[in-house]
Amino acid sequence: MRRTVSRIRKRIDMPSQDPAERRRNFQEVALGYSPEEAVEEASRCIHCPKQPCVAGCPVEIDIPSFLKLIAEEKFGEAAAKIKEKNSLPAICGRVCPQENQCEGVCTLGKRGEPIAIGALERFAADWERLNAAEQKLPEAGKQEGKVAVVGSGPAGLTVAAELARMGYEVTVFEALHVPGGVLSYGIPEFRLPKDIVRHEIEYVQSLGVKLLTNVVVGRTITVDQLFDEGYDAIFIGAGAGLPHFLNIPGENLNGVFSANEFLTRVNLMKAYEFPEYDTPVKLGKKVIVVGAGNTAMDAARNALRLGSEVTIVYRRSRQEMPARLAEIHHAEEEGIEFRLLTNPIRIIGEDGWVKAMECIRMELGEPDQSGRRRPVPVPGSEFVLECDSVIIAVGQSPNPILTKNLPGLEMTKWGTVVVDPETMQTSIPGIFAGGDIISGGTTVIEAMGDGKKAARGISAYLQQKARV
Amino acid sequence: MYRIVDKRELADKITLFVLDAPLVAANARPGQFVILRVDEQGERIPLTIASTEGGKVTIVVQEVGKTTAHLRSKEIGDALADVAGPLGTPAHIEKLGTVVCVAGGVGTAIIYPEAKAFKEAGNKVITLMGARNKSLLFFTDELAQVSDRIIYATDDGSFGHHGFVTDLLQQLIDEGTTIDLVVAIGPIPMMRATCELTKKYGIKTVVSLNPVMVDGTGMCGACRVTVGGETKFCCTDGPEFDGHLVDFDELAARNCQYVDKERLSYSMYEEKRGCGGRCHG
Repeated sequence: MRRTVSRIRKRIDMPSQDPAERRRNFQEVALGYSPEEAVEEASRCIHCPKQPCVAGCPVEIDIPSFLKLIAEEKFGEAAAKIKEKNSLPAICGRVCPQENQCEGVCTLGKRGEPIAIGALERFAADWERLNAAEQKLPEAGKQEGKVAVVGSGPAGLTVAAELARMGYEVTVFEALHVPGGVLSYGIPEFRLPKDIVRHEIEYVQSLGVKLLTNVVVGRTITVDQLFDEGYDAIFIGAGAGLPHFLNIPGENLNGVFSANEFLTRVNLMKAYEFPEYDTPVKLGKKVIVVGAGNTAMDAARNALRLGSEVTIVYRRSRQEMPARLAEIHHAEEEGIEFRLLTNPIRIIGEDGWVKAMECIRMELGEPDQSGRRRPVPVPGSEFVLECDSVIIAVGQSPNPILTKNLPGLEMTKWGTVVVDPETMQTSIPGIFAGGDIISGGTTVIEAMGDGKKAARGISAYLQQKARV
Repeated sequence: MYRIVDKRELADKITLFVLDAPLVAANARPGQFVILRVDEQGERIPLTIASTEGGKVTIVVQEVGKTTAHLRSKEIGDALADVAGPLGTPAHIEKLGTVVCVAGGVGTAIIYPEAKAFKEAGNKVITLMGARNKSLLFFTDELAQVSDRIIYATDDGSFGHHGFVTDLLQQLIDEGTTIDLVVAIGPIPMMRATCELTKKYGIKTVVSLNPVMVDGTGMCGACRVTVGGETKFCCTDGPEFDGHLVDFDELAARNCQYVDKERLSYSMYEEKRGCGGRCHG
C-alpha cells in the first residue's frame, strides 16, 4: 500500500499573491498556472474508467478529455472541450467549490491529492482568452421559439447560452446596469476579476444571445407583457437578492450595512476608486462582519483591503462555517480575526453612528433541523466589542419583485419558487426557474446546473408546443 | 443610452429633463421613480418620475451634489448612461373626497402626477405649495390646472403667505375644511411638521421618502426606514408610507451618512468645472 501512495505525484500548487501584499490591493489573489505547471498537473490524471469527476460536475464537463488535451499542450482544444458543456469556464475555474464536486470524488483523492481540476479549467479558459484563440463551436440549426431570461447571473447566462446553442432566439433581461448578477455585484475583484466576467458574458452574447440591461422584469415590463410580446417561454433566474438582517436593536444606525449593500458599493460601483468613481463607501477603523459564509468572507476581505481591521463574528463553531475552506484560509492568512461561538445581541450607537456591538457567548447543543449542532447562549456571558462599522452577512431570500406579481406561482414558505426538479418548470406552464430563486442561495455552479436542466426543459416544452 | 430630448430650467438650480426611455414610460405610474447613472463612473441615484408621455419620461433635478450638478450640465441631445425603472410601489390613488397636496421644494415635481391622478379619480384637490422664496417655485401653472384650489407660501414672504405650508394647512383645518387625505412631499422637516399637525387632527397623511439608495430593487437595503416600528425597504415597500408611522429622525440621520464624501466629490467637481475641466485634462 505504501508504495502506491508514494507513486502518486504531489499536486502542483497554484501560485498566489503573498498575503502581506494582497491584503492591501484589489488584484486577483490566485495567479494561475504557467503552461508548464498546467501540463504537469494535468498529466497526473490516471484516466480511471469510472470518471467520477464527470458525475461530480453539475454541468457535466468531460473532465478527463480536457485534462488529456492540456497534458498534450493542446490548450485551445482543451478550452473548446470545456465549452461544449460550460460557457463560463474562467468564472467556474475560479469560484466553483471543486473540493465538494469533481475534485471531491477524484479517484486520486483516495490515496493522495486529487487533480486540481478547477485550476486547470481556469488555465485553459485564461490561455484561450489571452491568446485570442477562441474556437468556434459547431452551430445548431434554427429552432422555433423565443425565450425571455430574467436575470443575467450564472443561472440566466447558462440557460441563455445553452438555448442559443440549440438554435433558439434568446433575450436576457438584467435589472442592473451591468450584467452578471452576483458575478458582478457580489464576488470581489480579487477573487473574480470583472474583465473576466465581461469577457465570458461577451462570449455568451457571441452565441446569439441578446442582452438588455436596466430592465426590471415585474416593473419595467411584466411577465404577461413578455408573453404578449411573443416570448414562448420565460426563465426566472432573478437570484436571492433580499438581504436578511438580524432584527436586533441598533441595526439601522449609520455604519451598518447588509453585505449586499457593501459588496455592491465596492464591487459593482467601484467605491474603492472613489472619487474617480462617484459611489462612496464609508468604513470605520474597526469592522465587524456577522456571518461565516462565502459572502461574509468576501465582505471581510474587501473591508480589509479598504484599510480596516476586520473581525468575523459567528454564532457556531469552525466546523459549521459554510464558507469554502480555501476562502476561510485566505481570510485568516490576510489577518482577519474570527470570533466564533459569538452572537450579536445589540448594536450600540453614539450620535446615530455605530460605536460597539454587544455579543453573547454561545455553546453547541443538540443538532437542529440542518443537522448542525444548535448554538445556545451561555447565560450571563454578554460582552462588548468595539467597532465603527457592521456588515451583516447572514443570508438572503429570493427577491420578491417579480414573484409577488405572479398569481398562481407556487412558492415555498421561505419565498423560493417551486419547480419540477427534472424540467425546472414552475407551477405556471411556460415559466421556468433556477438558481438562488429556487434554492434560496447556493453556489454559482449549482445555479448553472439548474440553468442547464432548465434549458433542456424549455427546449422540450417548446418542441411540444410547436407540435401542437 | 438614454437621450435627453428636452431640458428646461425651472428655478434656481432646479432643472427639468425629458428623457427618451420608452420602456420606463410604458409602465410608469404616479409615485414611482427611476434610478439613473449619468456616465460610466457615475453613481446610481433615484429620481421620481414627474410625468410620462409618448415614450418620454420627465424628471426634475435639484442640484445638491456632484451627480446632480453633472446631470444638470447635460444638454439636449446628450445621453445618460442608464435609466432604470419604473421602480417602487405606485401611489394608491382612489376617490376619497378632498385630498390636500402639500408640496415643498423639489417635492413639487413629485406631487404633480399624484395631484393630477387624484383629480382625475374625482377628488377635490387643494394644493399647498411652499418654497424658501419666490424664485424656487415652479410647476405653479401645471399644479393650478389640476387643483381646485392652490395656495402658496414662501419662507421669506416673497410670494403668497409669509411662512410655512403647515400654516396654510392649519388655516384649512381651522376653516373647517373636511380633509380625507394629505399627501406631503418635500424636505424632511416639512414632511415631519405636516405629519405632526395632521396627527393631532387624525388626518391620514402619506409622505414620499427619499433615502440613500443603491440598486433600487430591494437587493441592498441601503434605503431602509423604520415605519411603525418595522424596518421597510423604501425602494420596494415605498417610497410612499403612512407619515404618522415614519421615524423621521432616523431617516434624517441616515441621509447624512455620506455627507463628507458627497462634499468632497462636489467640491472636486466644482473645481474642475471652474476651469472648464481643461486643467484636469
